[in-house]
Amino acid sequence: MASLIGSYSLSFGLLFSILIIFFSVKNLKDAEILDKKIITFTFIQFFFVVISFFGLIISFINSDFSNETVFNHSHTTKPLFYKISGTWGNHEGSLLLWLLVLTLFISIFLIKSNQQPKKYRIFTLLFQQIIIVGFFIFLIKTSSPFNYIFPKPNEGLGLNPILQDPALAIHPPILYLGYVGSSIIFSSALAAMVTSYVSKEWAKHIKKWVLASWVFLTLGILLGSIWAYYELGWGGFWFWDPVENVSLMPWFALTTLLHCILVLEKKKILTSWAMILSIATFALSMSGTFLVRSGILNSVHTFANDPERGLFILIFLFTLIFLSIFIFIFFHSEKEKLENNFFWLSKETSILVNNWFMMYFLSVVLIGTIYPIFLEVITANKISVGPPFYNKLILPFLIPFLIAMAIGPNLNWVKSDFKDKFYMTIFLIISFLLSAVIIKQFDINFLINTILVSSAFFLFFSTSREFFVKRFRNLSQNIAHFGFSLLILSILFNNIFSNEVITNLKIGETLETEKFTINFENIEQEDEKNFKAIIGKFSVQNLDGSSDILNPELRIYNQPNIITSEADIKTNLLTDKFMTMNYVQNQEYFNIRYQVKPFMIWIWVSVILISLGGFLSFFKKRYEV
Amino acid sequence: MKSKFIPLILIFIFLITFVIFFKGLRNSNIYTPNTNLKKEVPLFELKSFENNSIIISEKIFEDNKYYLMNIWASWCIPCREEHKFLMKLKKDKRIELIGLNYKDNFKKASSFLKDLGNPYNIIVSDKDGTASIEWGAYGVPESFLVHQNKIIKRFIGPINNKDLLEIEKIIR
Repeated sequence: MASLIGSYSLSFGLLFSILIIFFSVKNLKDAEILDKKIITFTFIQFFFVVISFFGLIISFINSDFSNETVFNHSHTTKPLFYKISGTWGNHEGSLLLWLLVLTLFISIFLIKSNQQPKKYRIFTLLFQQIIIVGFFIFLIKTSSPFNYIFPKPNEGLGLNPILQDPALAIHPPILYLGYVGSSIIFSSALAAMVTSYVSKEWAKHIKKWVLASWVFLTLGILLGSIWAYYELGWGGFWFWDPVENVSLMPWFALTTLLHCILVLEKKKILTSWAMILSIATFALSMSGTFLVRSGILNSVHTFANDPERGLFILIFLFTLIFLSIFIFIFFHSEKEKLENNFFWLSKETSILVNNWFMMYFLSVVLIGTIYPIFLEVITANKISVGPPFYNKLILPFLIPFLIAMAIGPNLNWVKSDFKDKFYMTIFLIISFLLSAVIIKQFDINFLINTILVSSAFFLFFSTSREFFVKRFRNLSQNIAHFGFSLLILSILFNNIFSNEVITNLKIGETLETEKFTINFENIEQEDEKNFKAIIGKFSVQNLDGSSDILNPELRIYNQPNIITSEADIKTNLLTDKFMTMNYVQNQEYFNIRYQVKPFMIWIWVSVILISLGGFLSFFKKRYEV
Repeated sequence: MKSKFIPLILIFIFLITFVIFFKGLRNSNIYTPNTNLKKEVPLFELKSFENNSIIISEKIFEDNKYYLMNIWASWCIPCREEHKFLMKLKKDKRIELIGLNYKDNFKKASSFLKDLGNPYNIIVSDKDGTASIEWGAYGVPESFLVHQNKIIKRFIGPINNKDLLEIEKIIR
């Protein structure tokens, strides 16, 4: 029943797109003010998608297995929470979620933009409707969440156990808020070009959307990363997995856009940058969807593998890309020549420098992600691009980037000289000495690590000082930049100081290394509702005499029948102790992986700080000096 | 000059990207190794599981019959999962099941068979795993469909209902 209602609401929703487009085009010609009907229709459309979405949720809660999506992804023994989160834990449901957020955002946009010119609002709505119609057709034609199965199966196939996790239950919705938020930026940038409304006012108005999408995207990536850390049991927070990369690329573009918009709000420069980045952010989000959903990539996120779906998104994506290229070519004019005199040492220049660095990082990730596809198509060679590629290409460029980031925000608009030369020099010297002392303790590549760590410290000190100098002025920017320096520092220390052993142990055995002793005490079995757990009991003695009890788990899920390994992590402010256990091909032995990862929690904290910066900026009237 | 050239190049680049992605979609991502197919079965000389007598592979596969050689072990969880399908296959008289007990403990393996049933006509034990290596096995479980001393199909991972139907189609 719920499925039936959901299915019909979807078709009605699509119908309303036609009405909205018809009245918008009519309204564009005749009237001076925006037709109230259009707003009403947009709300009704949103309402229908909400009903459809709830229809699917209810089918999941009731375990209505006559619905194909529910049958494929749910099971009666699953806890209620995961029945609900299972709604968007699959291809069809997650697309419905996309659509839900798309229609929600355009409704909010229409309410919030009542100060803006009528033509601009209507064009934004029209472009957004093109995207919405695309998703409606995609959903209804190739991946309907409401397919009916007859006869009704008694039991569903179950949700992939690695997706049965609280962080992953909220990860897709948050990430989608970020992705879809970029669709509003995209439509609005196209509309602003068509109506020649690229201006300070436009920047001021779209800034909120950029900030909101950016905060959600950042948090979404963070949640995914946290999930991968404790659920996949690989013992790291970032694996340069293609699907991680496709969420990182829009983030780079959006971060750059954010900085451009802040400039544009002040002075009418960098308009081309802002336009191209608005388009690129959304195009990258869409290509992310394409790469993930089409199964063209091999990754941990093994989702749908249906060429027909891939083809649809591919055509849709490129239609949008070509549309935006044409609009950019024909409508965008650079009328900024007069103001376009950059002095070499000014805030504008430093933002431009930031842009180029960001574009560089973006291209590295882009090439690393899609080059294997290109190569395979052209030469039939299979290669995989791993962390060494990214580390080698990104790390050295972080050094000038961090230093520029420490200096840039202190410069003035238009023309500036180095203020606080004294402090900056002192900081630079302190950072270098401090890092040299730290790195010296360890037998690792001295030169590059020292320089990297010192530039991170340099940014850390200079942003810390800002808190005292500027106090509440520019607090949001400062928090975000401080968070970033903390992030880089934690990542560097995490990489440099981490310790790992991988070994096979049987019950009662002990492993001794220079730094710790691992004792495998025993195993216990526990039965849960949807899985059976084998829990290992380990005690780890550290050098300083302290000891930890770690209980990694193996879970044998009943539906579908999959074994997952749950890491046990002991977290404190300085280090994370991480242990996973796996079966080996001999019953008595278990494969144990034990890692000591310093500053792990600070990686999460610093990303939260970064998004907090964006969040605070959301409530601020204007970017200050 | 600038305004005409750049858009054209841009469009050209995106067109190429489109074509590449389009072709990439057509490529299958599922990799199935073709090694060992239609090849003579590798020879082995192993001890019988029940009574330590030596069994040579030529003796096993000599009849003009279909054989499914299944590599299994009692410690292997997916083997439990596939076992019910092997039991189903046992009822089919056109095929003989050969078990290759891989790096296992006799007691545990026997109790495994006692609990879940014994689908095999012959079981040989591969204590050190060398025979499995000779056959090119990727892991446990793995099964090879053999006919006239040739491997005609291999199944990596546990046998499921779909594989069962496929086997039935071949031996018909």
